[in-house]
Order: sequence, then C-alpha cells, then structure tokens
Amino acid sequence: MARRRVRLIFGRDLVTEPVIYHLGKNYEVVTNIRRADVTREEGWVLLEMTGEPDELDRGVTYLESRGVRVEPVEGDVVE
Amino acid sequence: MSGLGNGRRVIGMRCRECGTEYPVQATHVCEMCFGPLDVVYDYDAIRKRISHRSIAAGPPSMWRYRDLLPLEDEVPVVTLGEGFTPLIHAERLGAELGLRNLYLKNDSMNPTNSFKDRVVSVAVSWARAHGFETIGCASTGNLANAVAAYSARAGLEAFVFIPSDLEPGKVVSTSVFEPNLIAVRGNYDQVNRLCSQLVETYPWAFCNINVRPFYAEGSKTLDFETAEQLGWRLPDEIVIPIASGCQFVKHRRAVGEMVDLGLVEAGSRLPALTGAQALGCAPVYNAWKEGTETVLPVKPNTIAKSIAIGSPSDGSYVIRIARETGGVVEAVTEEEIIDSIRLLARTEGIFTETAGGVTIGVLAKLARAGRWKGDEVVVAYVTGHGLKTADAVAAAPSPGRRFEIEPTLKSFKESVNI
Ligand SMILES: Cc1ncc(COP(=O)(O)O)c(C=O)c1O
Ligand SMILES: [Zn+2]
Repeated sequence: MARRRVRLIFGRDLVTEPVIYHLGKNYEVVTNIRRADVTREEGWVLLEMTGEPDELDRGVTYLESRGVRVEPVEGDVVE
Repeated sequence: MSGLGNGRRVIGMRCRECGTEYPVQATHVCEMCFGPLDVVYDYDAIRKRISHRSIAAGPPSMWRYRDLLPLEDEVPVVTLGEGFTPLIHAERLGAELGLRNLYLKNDSMNPTNSFKDRVVSVAVSWARAHGFETIGCASTGNLANAVAAYSARAGLEAFVFIPSDLEPGKVVSTSVFEPNLIAVRGNYDQVNRLCSQLVETYPWAFCNINVRPFYAEGSKTLDFETAEQLGWRLPDEIVIPIASGCQFVKHRRAVGEMVDLGLVEAGSRLPALTGAQALGCAPVYNAWKEGTETVLPVKPNTIAKSIAIGSPSDGSYVIRIARETGGVVEAVTEEEIIDSIRLLARTEGIFTETAGGVTIGVLAKLARAGRWKGDEVVVAYVTGHGLKTADAVAAAPSPGRRFEIEPTLKSFKESVNI
C-alpha cells in the first residue's frame, strides 16, 4: 500500500461533478478529504489517496481525464 | 556557553492552517489538514539571550543569527561562510529610478552564488544533526549547486534529481562536487511527482520537501542582515522574487521577530513586502490581479528558470502577506528581464541572473509608475549571480561599446572617439 497527498483543482464545469465519489467507486483507492475550498467558480480539495501504487496511478489518470488538475500537496519541488 | 540554559530554542512544529502541534521531525505537512508546518521557537528564552551585542559577537556569516535558526547550540553547523552579503547603497540605479535610498542585497556573493546557500546550510546542518546520511533534492540549477556543495562539505551522500534534457553546461557546477546525479527521462511534472514518492520511500533529507520547515528558516537571515546593515532599522519596502513563495513567507516572519524581540525600535512599521514574478510564469501575480487567494498552476515559459515554479506551495500566503504589509505583486516581460540585468550591470557593477532581472525589473516598473515619493528606504533582494544564466544576455549582446581596430595607435585614434 502507498499513499499520495494531492491537491485537486477543479475548473468551473467540474465543481458539481462527483469525481471523488467515482474515484473511490471505480478504483481500489481509499480517499480521505482533508481540506477544501469550493466556490461556484472553481475549487480545490486536498485529498489523501491510499492504495496499491499502480491503482493510485490509474486513479490519477482518471481524474486527469475528467479535466481535474492533480498536484502533489507540496506543489512543485523541482527548483 | 548557552544562555538558554538547559532550554532549547526550538520547542516543536506547528501547522500554519489548523495549529496542530508536532514534535520536531522531518515532516513538512500536517497529518490533519495537509497544511505546511513551521518551526516553533521558545521566544521567551531567546529574548533573554539575544541582543545587538550578542549578534555582533557572532561570526561574520548568517550564523550570527543562530538564536533564530532551528539548530541548538551544541550542533556543529555545515558552513561555507554563507550570508552576511553586501548591502549596497545603489545611488546610480536609484538616480535612474528616482529613489534616493535604494539598497541592493547582493546575495549572489554567497558560496555557490545564490541565496539557496542560506537555506541549504540550515537544511544540511539540521539533517546531519538528526542522523540523516543522505541529502536529496530535485533542481535545475541553484538548489542543486548548493545541495551538492554543502553535502560534500558535510561528508554526506547526495542525490540530485534533474530532468535528463538539462544542458550539460548547466550541470558542471553541480557535478563537480560529485553527488549522485540522477537524470530522469521525463518532463518537469514527472520529475516532480517522482520526488514526492521518493520522500515517502527513502530515509533521506529532501531539502525542500520533508526538511522544508527547517530549510525555509534560513531565508530569514536575509532580513536580519538587511536590518543590521541599515543600523538596526527596517526598510520601508522590500522587493522579493517569488518562485514557491517559501522565502517570501519567511521574510514576513523575520521582520515580525525583530520587532517582537526588540531588535528594532518598538512600534517599527513592518516593511511592505512586494513580490516579483516573470510574466512567463506568474501564478501568484495572476491570482493577485484577480483579487483571489486561490493560486491556479501554470505551465512555465520564461528565461527566469530558477524561479519558474508553476505550482507554488506558498502562493496564497504570499498574496495574504503582500496585502497585509501594503506590498504588491508585480510581473515583467522577458524583454524587461534582460533590460533589467543590463540596467543593474551598467549602473551598479552587479551582474545578476535572470531571477535578479525579474526583481530589478519589478523594482524599475513600480518606480516608474510612481509607487514611491523618493525618500523611502527600498531594498531589492538580488538572489543569484549572472554567470549562472550568462546565455540570457549573450544571445543579444550589449549594444554600442565594441570597437575592432588594427594594432596601431593610428587605428585606435581613428576608431575611438575620446
Ligand atoms: C535565484 C533565486 N531567487 C529566488 C528564488 C525564489 O525562492 P522561493 O522558492 O523561496 O520563492 C529562487 C529559488 O527558487 C532562486 O533560485
Ligand atoms: Zn493542520
């Protein structure tokens, strides 16, 4: 098992779509929301994802395919 | 030796968002809310000990402010003499910009020629003192230079991750220190993700990831020095380049500490903290302009590579602090970056890298737009040396000043008008 701490960023069209629900339902990924700020316009969610590394990768690919931006919580670290 | 007695100057860590406290450890994120962690000091103990005199009795390096750094007295630090860089009264640049009290903090004078030596000196010292044997980082330049140099100095193993397409010339000043250089076949985002996973897997001190709370504290010494060099006064405004925003946040902490500990006159007004970005990578500026604290990531496309962070960890805090202190966030074009590198060189004899071009560019832009009346004490942080990005100005050489002549007096007289 591995875990990833990610920031999901949603654009206008995605705020109402239950992507985190689908993530947990369709992939072997346990999700746990730690903090969020969602307005009508946009939003971000800090999410813990736990699962096998390959499954986590698949989950991230799914989110990205829905147009969600997925970033590590620590932001960019290649300086 | 220690005026702190048996007390420790660092008493723990605290989440910047939810306030949860943690014992000192190599972690950067709150387990509860994933907010960033900051070092917590015992200010009551520090207040009893620190004074202008105690600082002046310290070494001529940033370690003279050790009481406000997260290393206890008994810990040997890993130092190459970083910090205590010149603060220059920039009269000629100031005259061009209508600023009589313009100062430049020339941090390109550090051991590996960028401000990163401050943060890395703290990170490597902390890591060695806490039993780490390997230092890691991912970097395309300044951070890699510093990590490789300080790890060599400390006798620790270093792993430096770079994108495999980084030009060999850029790597020389890192590889000379013989770190393990891992060239990752992948784009920036892939290297970035790999690092987040490595941190979870290996027992290493990753400078700007798991030991970031300690690393970041090193930035405060820029402000301590600036104040000391101004005769223990705070400037009216400081112009600061923003990549992750990590140092910007710590500059706010440092000026607050100086007021609270009585190192500057009680009731001193905090300097306005102003942020500088390149328009080619301006996520914080974009949010500032929009009037929001939600910083949306961007794909960087700028010659200012050392500050090209598309997803800045501390972006929203930068916006909050700029607003709180009366600063602004401004950004400049690629052309303005190059013009500003030249302007600084021509007027003050300082050759800075593209990040410095961004800082001076923003300073010049704000000055020309009438931000200051003329007598304010304004300081710009020049954070890296021009030789690091010499190609940026080599591509379009300086106009005018070259003459080609025959090796005769006659030719010289004819060609050069004196
Ligand atoms: C030369 C230079 N200036 C400024 C910065 C910005 O620092 P920060 O990431 O703390 O905003 C960096 C590093 O990222 C840098 O290399
Ligand atoms: Zn927290």
